[in-house]
Amino acid sequence: MDKSFTERRRRELLVAASLTVVAALVPLFIKNPNVQNIMILTLMFGALSQSWNILSGYCGQISLGHALYFGLGAYTTTLLFTKFGVPPWFGMLAGGAISALIAMALGYPCFRLGGHYFAIATIVIAEIGLLLIQNWEWAGAALGIEMPVRGDSWLKFQFARSKLPYFYFALALACIAWFVTWLLEDSKWGYWWRAVKDNPDAAQSLGVVVFDSKMGAAAVSAFLVAIGGSFYAMYVSYIDPGSVMGFQFSLLMALPAVLGGIGTLWGPLLGAIILIPLTELTRSYIGGSGRGVDLIVYGTLIVVIALARPEGLIGLFSRRKGATR
Amino acid sequence: MTALLETRGVWQRFGGLVANSDVSISVGRGEIVGLIGPNGAGKSTLFNLIAGVLPPTQGTIWFDGEDVTNMPAAERCQRGVGRTFQVVKSFETMTVIDNVIVGALVRNTVMREARRKAHEVLEFTGLAARADVLASDLVPAEKRRLEVARALATEPKLLLLDEVLTGLTPTEAQTGVALVRKVRETGVTVLMVEHVMEIVMPLVDRAIVLDLGKVLVEGKPTDVVRDPKVISAYLGDRHAVGA
Amino acid sequence: MGLLYGLIAVGLALIFGLMDVVNFAHGEFLMLAMYVTFFLFTFFAIDPLLSAPLAAAALFVLGAVVYLVIVRFAMRAKANVGMVQIFATFGLAIVMRGLAQLFFTADYRSVPNSWLGGKTVSVAGIFLPQPQLFGALVAIAAFGGLYLFINRTDFGRALEATREDPGAVALVGIDKNRVFALGWGLGAALVGLAGAIMASFFYIYPDVGASFALIAYVTVALGGFGSVFGAFAGGIIVGLVEATTALVLPPSLKSVGIYAVYLLVVFVRPRGLFGSM
Repeated sequence: MDKSFTERRRRELLVAASLTVVAALVPLFIKNPNVQNIMILTLMFGALSQSWNILSGYCGQISLGHALYFGLGAYTTTLLFTKFGVPPWFGMLAGGAISALIAMALGYPCFRLGGHYFAIATIVIAEIGLLLIQNWEWAGAALGIEMPVRGDSWLKFQFARSKLPYFYFALALACIAWFVTWLLEDSKWGYWWRAVKDNPDAAQSLGVVVFDSKMGAAAVSAFLVAIGGSFYAMYVSYIDPGSVMGFQFSLLMALPAVLGGIGTLWGPLLGAIILIPLTELTRSYIGGSGRGVDLIVYGTLIVVIALARPEGLIGLFSRRKGATR
Repeated sequence: MTALLETRGVWQRFGGLVANSDVSISVGRGEIVGLIGPNGAGKSTLFNLIAGVLPPTQGTIWFDGEDVTNMPAAERCQRGVGRTFQVVKSFETMTVIDNVIVGALVRNTVMREARRKAHEVLEFTGLAARADVLASDLVPAEKRRLEVARALATEPKLLLLDEVLTGLTPTEAQTGVALVRKVRETGVTVLMVEHVMEIVMPLVDRAIVLDLGKVLVEGKPTDVVRDPKVISAYLGDRHAVGA
Repeated sequence: MGLLYGLIAVGLALIFGLMDVVNFAHGEFLMLAMYVTFFLFTFFAIDPLLSAPLAAAALFVLGAVVYLVIVRFAMRAKANVGMVQIFATFGLAIVMRGLAQLFFTADYRSVPNSWLGGKTVSVAGIFLPQPQLFGALVAIAAFGGLYLFINRTDFGRALEATREDPGAVALVGIDKNRVFALGWGLGAALVGLAGAIMASFFYIYPDVGASFALIAYVTVALGGFGSVFGAFAGGIIVGLVEATTALVLPPSLKSVGIYAVYLLVVFVRPRGLFGSM
């Protein structure tokens, strides 16, 4: 009786698999390091935005402080590596776990807040985190901290000569974030989250434990974002509080999902594919003069898309295909 | 066997306002009970107390032999209390089937089973043809039915209906009445709040009339409608001044 | 300082209270007002004190235009109204910052030797910097004026009524868009006033707004969204907390106190100090 549903799910998997294969082949032909860099960032922001989307898009709890979890991931990995020699692979998991725990601890008081009060609380908490790290001498304070380069190694996930390993890792990250979302979409959690977003009272009357749903979403979301942060730290091998934990970064993480389609499976990736190359290109071609034209172009684009396509660019696709989402 | 639902001496005060005073009612298994009364009689408050939206100021609520007075709504739903809302609260961005699946997940942890259950309920409530439509695209009467479908998907022992028949056209109301009867045939107990007596009286086994927060009369619908106290409460002559 | 925060925040609170929109370009409005003051001073030698009304007027126009050109459309969105508003105004903020960089360059500017700048005045043995003191006076005057304006004038009542029920006011012949546009103008004008005063004792650069905007959001939320009085009180609290924190913590951590107080307040009162709803 549910053929169309099962078919749709299968088709989604198939599309994702083909896209992954195509994406995996691209860097074999395009060797320009600048282009590869843009592709890596695109995949990374796609993954981050997809993770943000779990809490803010599906569960409807708009967080504008996700940079906190990104920073936690980046710092945990870097500090464990530089201070204790722990390989980044473990640091990554540790960062994810710490972020998830902190997200739940913060969620405990925060999820009682509604709407704007919640959003501002998330900003404020991330700002506090930023200020604390900026004043934490051991962690490099405001200057940040550098990953010592010790030659190419899979264990340490350092590669000086080639961007390819980073690319494939970013691709894996995007795939994981997508796949987790895909799995959750057709799970009790996925349904609970959307119900909580649409109408918490009604959700409660149908046996949905609203508080638990939000906590679950926060934990998954923070975990994945922290993994992204760890990756970023390894990729750029230098982090400072302002660039990984600032408010701007929280917004950058949210933007692809919002532009692509908030609370949708494909929205974040679509948004990232359009937005990140555009950002990087305007920055490198127009912004080189340092005169702000890149900001003007970028800002205008955001305004125009937000106004013209409030449901996100994904709306362009689903209407044509007649899909429900 | 004890009653399925019982309220014992329930009071609810909002500041200085007393919405329910010393309300003790009971609903037996398999009954259809109508909770009626004029505007401001405290029906909705009592309804919310039973559904678990807020705990009463005083008194206890028993469901299925268990004290549920301080149990949150979600847990009561797991025990078998399903409800609808007077002002419909559909999950607007979700499809009809997805709305119902949320309810079905209470009893079915496996997605495939929850989905099958949801389809069953949609067949039962006559919404099957609208399964893939967004809830926001339904017409008002369909939204009401979706409320009932969602609650039924939780497989309740007691179904609380909050003015599901109010504001419908006569034809729609007829369909609604038929649906409630069908629900009872499956063994579900129904407690329905209605403002307009004419709609519910032919449907219910027993009617409880609330007025000014208290139980005024209870009994067979045919007796209740003839009761002078009920008539005066509805006409309002007794309370026209100073109430 | 608290009163100035209050002044910045009141503009935001007014806009929010009127139509449930958080203006994420509020800090950029402030930045622009500071530049206006700066240029009036540099080219026409008009002291910030005198140019304050001019800056307010310029910002009034800007606010109204922003509403008519952007926000009006953002509010029509059927889906995700909240997100559309956030990102439409956020996008605007980026554009404004870019424009500032383009035309004013990223250099730090300041208004030297204004009538008030750098001078202090001794009140009962305590030395207070004149600009801040003057700012406080202007802020109090602005609050008083705003209070009278909302409660005593026809437009104030129209504003209030439109906020209660936009549909109903249309029936009595009030143009919703006109009222909203004026509301935005008024909110922006208040920031304009604050910006003009602050120009005399703060460096002016394209990103200056961001640091104040966050404090403004916190101030508004602290008082309770939509409550103009709350924003005023919130501003005073934020100012006091900031001063107190500065005594115990290093300067780089001074905002932590403000943020912590916000969190404490909303955890106890989820709708802010004076919020209703």
